[in-house]
Amino acid sequence: MTPATGERKPMLIGLAGQPNVGKSTVFNLLTGLSQHVGNWPGKTVERREGTFLHEGAQLRVVDLPGTYSLTANSPEERIARDFILHERPDVIIMIADAAALERNLYLLAELLLLPVPVVLGLNMMDVARAEGVEIEPHVLAAALGLPVIPMEASRARGVAELASEALRLARDPAGFSPSRPEIAEPHREVLASVRAILGEQVPQPYQTHWVAMKLLEGDREVTALARAWLPGKAWEKIAAILAAHEDAVADIAAGRYEWIGRMVRAAVRRPRLGQVSLTDRLDRYALHPFWGLLILLAAFTLVFALTFQIAAPVQAWLDTVVVAALRARVAEALAGSPLWLTGLLADGVLGGAGIVLTFLPILLVFFIALGLLEDTGYFARAGYVMDRFMHHLGLHGKSFLPLCLGFGCNVPAVMGARVIESRSGRLLTILLAPLVPCSARLLVLAFLATAFFHEQALFVAIGFVIANLVVLAITGVVLSHTLFRGEHMAFIMELPLYHAPNARSIARFAWANTWSFLRKAGSLILLISVLIWALSYFPGAGLEDSYLARFGHGLAPIGDMLGLDWRLLVALLASFVAKENAIAALGILYGSAQGAGLAETLAATVPPASALSFIAATMLFIPCAATIAVMRQETGSWGWTLFGVALLLVIALGAAALVYQACRLLGFGLG
Amino acid sequence: MNTPTLSLDQLPKDAAAVVRQLRGGGELVHRLAAMGLTVGARLVVLQNSGHGPMLVSVRDTRIALGRGEAIKVLVEKTAA
Repeated sequence: MTPATGERKPMLIGLAGQPNVGKSTVFNLLTGLSQHVGNWPGKTVERREGTFLHEGAQLRVVDLPGTYSLTANSPEERIARDFILHERPDVIIMIADAAALERNLYLLAELLLLPVPVVLGLNMMDVARAEGVEIEPHVLAAALGLPVIPMEASRARGVAELASEALRLARDPAGFSPSRPEIAEPHREVLASVRAILGEQVPQPYQTHWVAMKLLEGDREVTALARAWLPGKAWEKIAAILAAHEDAVADIAAGRYEWIGRMVRAAVRRPRLGQVSLTDRLDRYALHPFWGLLILLAAFTLVFALTFQIAAPVQAWLDTVVVAALRARVAEALAGSPLWLTGLLADGVLGGAGIVLTFLPILLVFFIALGLLEDTGYFARAGYVMDRFMHHLGLHGKSFLPLCLGFGCNVPAVMGARVIESRSGRLLTILLAPLVPCSARLLVLAFLATAFFHEQALFVAIGFVIANLVVLAITGVVLSHTLFRGEHMAFIMELPLYHAPNARSIARFAWANTWSFLRKAGSLILLISVLIWALSYFPGAGLEDSYLARFGHGLAPIGDMLGLDWRLLVALLASFVAKENAIAALGILYGSAQGAGLAETLAATVPPASALSFIAATMLFIPCAATIAVMRQETGSWGWTLFGVALLLVIALGAAALVYQACRLLGFGLG
Repeated sequence: MNTPTLSLDQLPKDAAAVVRQLRGGGELVHRLAAMGLTVGARLVVLQNSGHGPMLVSVRDTRIALGRGEAIKVLVEKTAA
């Protein structure tokens, strides 16, 4: 049957659920390959939707962001409820974790206040059983007055039944009358009087009862809306009631859990209460103040070892074989054409594209390794262990994951700061993220340390990475005691159960982060690479006389203080495009394109004190163009973005000057 | 209520308690509630090293709380 012979238009389904309930797995099972990924309008949150055919009807599923509740505390929660209010889905499928049923039903309690029928998918029935919880779905369904489908999405069980029930409810929504939670006794009359004042003045698609409830909960968005809807006097009355009952929010929540308790009482049995689960046993070590740190250190050593063992050879091969061959081919094909055209294509375009290409393997392997840690549930533990330390920087444990992404690429690190609820915490994480040495800078460091310090290269490199993190810590401490003083960030985080990693979700994690590098960095690196090439080529009388060189000479006074000559300054500036450009620029400026040759030339011409100063400046220099672009996107403010850039500029130049002047005082390595 | 209430951060590992009061602003109360920490909720302390964050089990969920947040949760000890 074709969809045209079924319903006139596809049924719209919203897929809701709290975080860590296996919602993505259900979405993938429902929609298969028909997925479309975009952004919610005006938001940086990903919107995924897909279509599928079921029993002759065409269904369109929109995956809502995972949220614990539906109050406008975060962009995700606002998106989820705005979708339900404004796009009017025919039915909501809510996925719940059967192993933590009560907390999951809190979201259901909120969903049932909205005018849409709901089907409940009880996922992870197997996990619940293993935890000693027995649930009878039909008893729960009878209590709630809505369809409840037991599921094990990891084994694709229950998904077809879920779709059938959703379709049945979407076709016949009239019969939907579930049990709904009520506000606890002390505030029932207060709610009634707010409703009475609201009267008929709440416009579609909002509903009076829901608006009154959200007002009592102190929801900022609904408060602003109601103020606009109501005449001044009526609003003043409501504002007075709300001010006198600020504690209503606790009552509303308590009322919901009281309702949940009644709903699950007959349906849930716990024959083996008190057993120690695998998760608790593992957590004794993973969260231990001492063993936890040791495990974290081991996990990270493993991630980096994997990344550089597997990906570095692939990168070197891509760089020396594939990209070099392509460049040679281009130069050959353009043999008869003007020199500038060959230069533009071979050095500008292919140079930039080559950078993007050769970084893919490193990023992919790194993010797959991190994805593995994230998917087993370990990463939340790492955040817990690091929370104490992060507090000194004015951050908390949740900032740890985004900062870790930064070791791969600063772009996903800045974007990853979205997981932090408070704006000030997000801002501070974004400002600090560029101080995490990304894989590009680590490569530059490895190259320069080897070129200058041969046997001691490893110690120098490790020293610089540690110094980098120390600078990050100091900057965090200083910022949190000055600009961000008095901002307390609440640390409340669910630690999910450990579970076997799922290849598909790891692939999704790795791809999403790598893609953010490709999309942002890819185009920008290419563009600026061409620009820098043009500056170094024109007016055409050789590099020594190029615009780039003239600019470098102009900066000589600063260079003297840092012990950097104009070529090192220009290489530093070139790292703005992409950090590893520093080496490419040195190659051009010191007249040696070959990697090995360059190392020798550098060691012979640059005194060690200048080399140290140059490495320090490169490691701490302003974020690359792509990172700046996402900093602007995520902060929504040029002010903060430029502040971040200026901050790093001061830090980098300050550190380089410090290193060089210290060397001078000690009479070390002045050549 | 005759039994004294104390703040959650004072409970040692493995202690069981019932939440009696949540202090702090509406937004914090709401976030705690959405994670299952409401008045009347039973909890067990899984980790508390005396400084840094602590871990409690409430409504079948393991929730990490910063000390600043734990101080705002007033509880009454119960037999485990």
